[in-house]
Amino acid sequence: MSEHNQPTDSLKDIRDIRQLMERSSRFISLSGLSGVAAGLFALAGAAIARYILFKNYYTAYDERGGYSDTAFATLKLQLLGLAAAVFAAAFMAAFYFTWRKSSNEGTSLWNPTSRRLMWNMLIPLAAGALFILGMLQYNDWRFVAPACLIFYGLALVNASKYTLTDIRYLGYCEIVLGLINMQWVGKGLYFWAIGFGVLHIIYGISMWWKYERKAA
Amino acid sequence: MKNPITGLNKVFDNRIRLGVMSILLVNEEVNFNDLKQMLEVTDGNLATHLVNLEENGYIKVHKGFIGKKTNTTYAVTKSGEKAFTDHITALENMIKGIK
Repeated sequence: MSEHNQPTDSLKDIRDIRQLMERSSRFISLSGLSGVAAGLFALAGAAIARYILFKNYYTAYDERGGYSDTAFATLKLQLLGLAAAVFAAAFMAAFYFTWRKSSNEGTSLWNPTSRRLMWNMLIPLAAGALFILGMLQYNDWRFVAPACLIFYGLALVNASKYTLTDIRYLGYCEIVLGLINMQWVGKGLYFWAIGFGVLHIIYGISMWWKYERKAA
Repeated sequence: MKNPITGLNKVFDNRIRLGVMSILLVNEEVNFNDLKQMLEVTDGNLATHLVNLEENGYIKVHKGFIGKKTNTTYAVTKSGEKAFTDHITALENMIKGIK
């Protein structure tokens, strides 16, 4: 037990208090490499959509001299499947790097802070997903990409209260990008690739540089 | 001159009690296992200090169940919050006084 006759004791006490407050209320094991991996999968997904799925679709146009309803229906289904696959791959990669970082730090991945982070991220994401599925139900696909970006940005801003605060700026960028996308609805795929691919990679590298470089 | 040490609270001399209060101040409710995990202490050790804090009226205990397992959660009381912030203020004054 300390007697508190030393100023260093008081300083150490305050440092301990601050660290415990921080560690018990925020999940800080989120790895920057998770962002980079998610970004790479997003770019790969966008490339597949642009150069394989759309190419097949336009080839069909040349043969028949018009888009058939079935060709369009197939394209939509393929895009939806691709999006689901990209999301799953990005999520697993993000999970892997964060798991690796937290086990290096000796903290557990499933604790009150990570649960709170998941829940607060999930609310805007789930609302966004249902909203987008609703738009597809009415065949309005024009705002799918902007809606993805905006809801994802809102989820990040909300999540920033429970993890590294830097993620808030990624959230702002996604929201702004989504709003700009509203004016160029035909270019959704490119905005999508910038928002989910390029921004994730930039964010991931800068986070890795800021927090993990020394440890690696 | 007033002795700056008088503002310090004896209860928070102990690192574990200090830690428990730090965690409870920023979290509404925390259960025993999560406290144990965050402070890296043994069951018995943590339990003793929690009883001490409870007897001082600084924390309140809520005994609940998740299925058949007991789930005891802890939260800070009004007087605990005041005692702890007073203690931090005293610590800060001490550091300022030295400079």
